[in-house]
Amino acid sequence: MSKQVVEKLKEKFGALVLAEAEYRDETTVTVERGEVVEICTYLRDDCGFNFLSDLCGVDYLGRAPRFEVVYNLYNITIKSRLRVKVLVEEQDPRVDTVSGVWSTANWHERECWDLMGISFNNHPDLRRILLPEDWQGHPLRKDYPLQGPDREPYQGRLS
Amino acid sequence: MATETMTINMGPQHPSTHGVLQLILELDGEIVVKATPHIGFLHRGTEKLSEYRTYHQVIPLTDRLDYLAPMSNNLGYVLAVEKLLGITDKIPERANTIRVIMAELTRIKSHLVWLATHALDIGAMTVFLYCFREREEIIDIYEKVSGARMTTNYFRVGGLSEDLPEGLVDEIRKFTESMEGHLETYEGLLTGNKIWQKRTIDVGYISGEDAIDIGLSGPALRASGVDWDLRRDDPYCNYSEFDFEVPTRTEGDTFARYKVRLDEMRQSARIILQGLDKLKPGPILADCPQVCLPAKKDVVNTIEGLIHHFKIVTEGFKPEEGEIYVGTEAPKGELGYYLVSDGSTHPYRMKIRPPSFVNLQALPQMVEGVLLADVIATIGTLDIVLGEIDR
Repeated sequence: MSKQVVEKLKEKFGALVLAEAEYRDETTVTVERGEVVEICTYLRDDCGFNFLSDLCGVDYLGRAPRFEVVYNLYNITIKSRLRVKVLVEEQDPRVDTVSGVWSTANWHERECWDLMGISFNNHPDLRRILLPEDWQGHPLRKDYPLQGPDREPYQGRLS
Repeated sequence: MATETMTINMGPQHPSTHGVLQLILELDGEIVVKATPHIGFLHRGTEKLSEYRTYHQVIPLTDRLDYLAPMSNNLGYVLAVEKLLGITDKIPERANTIRVIMAELTRIKSHLVWLATHALDIGAMTVFLYCFREREEIIDIYEKVSGARMTTNYFRVGGLSEDLPEGLVDEIRKFTESMEGHLETYEGLLTGNKIWQKRTIDVGYISGEDAIDIGLSGPALRASGVDWDLRRDDPYCNYSEFDFEVPTRTEGDTFARYKVRLDEMRQSARIILQGLDKLKPGPILADCPQVCLPAKKDVVNTIEGLIHHFKIVTEGFKPEEGEIYVGTEAPKGELGYYLVSDGSTHPYRMKIRPPSFVNLQALPQMVEGVLLADVIATIGTLDIVLGEIDR
């Protein structure tokens, strides 16, 4: 089912669909960052993905582009999943918000900004959510030390 | 006469916010104009920590997310790792059945705490005492299978840490069979109670469409008429072999959520009894020596077992590069784990989708325009746990 959706997406958006992958029966499509709202709206209205399960950022330090924003979508009517990704450059870590498509994205995007430092254009309320407002840095980035920025690195074993 | 709204602070030290939740309430008299939740007081950086631990070492971290349902958190995580490794269909029958039994006991346990605290918040003290009495029995069962009352760390990648101790099957059966009577007691105290009805019917209403849009899941969504349960619709373990119903209601208010959760406890009891009947002797760990820890008796009696244990504990295992998302039906809703592997012994990225985090997001739209007292009822009915909201 998810494969048909990818075909539909390709037909509709052509070159804006950058890549697709299949792993352990899960389908992932990578789409153009600038058009994510349009594509998500299409997925919600025409493909039935009415439920945004999860949204998060992943930091691939050393790779270019460095970040990915991952949207895990679910179709409650036919019970199928689809993963959508956009690639985000380190120099310009911004994506358009999808909180207008699924309201639930609001807090997920705040969390992504808070912990990963990816900001969301046109977001209604982009504040830190888990960390204090005056916190410096974004802890889930790979170059953020586990012990925090102002401490000596831990000398013992971590695992 | 000039009027102005008043802003008051509720929590983080407040008994009915169910943990360290802070709400900034803007009030016009007794009517809530705006509610702004502040979370993060319990943030422990679970996702960051997991990037520095082997896959096995992450399991105890997951206990501490939703500490009222530790086994459900364990289950979601081990299922995710198993999917990443591609060993999902190698899990032995017995391990799967015990997982289901434990997950359903956990659902009953979590719902008991929900009912107890929810009723206490609204002013029904007696139910609280009854629910905690039954919950204690489940905690005793926990202790017997895992050695711990709260942070169980019972499931392992590939199966279970230990088999059920002797005689426990009968104990679980006895408890589960008594549950129906207990549920009738709770219902007798609450369902027909005029005060309870006044405090819950038409309070905290949310429509099915809004609920999907804001991302509600679990009983909160099913009480708004959306018939969706991952145990049935996206079966994991061996849920597809069990016969159970998914209770739904259409009213979308606090009373509907109360009825749905009570019916869920009945269905959980039904699943547990089926599981106990299905239980046959057999292995409890998958035959995947590269992943699974050897049995304790081999570790202490044979040199091969010791080496095997040592290898897995000190080094861990390496799933191939890839990423997966697994959603499970935890007591509070969809608990999802998104795991990215870079081929090393640690998760490259672990994102937890906690149901309470998303459900709490619906609070402002549910309480704006209602009386202050109904805020308490609405927090209770959403069944949030700050441990998993803040992670």
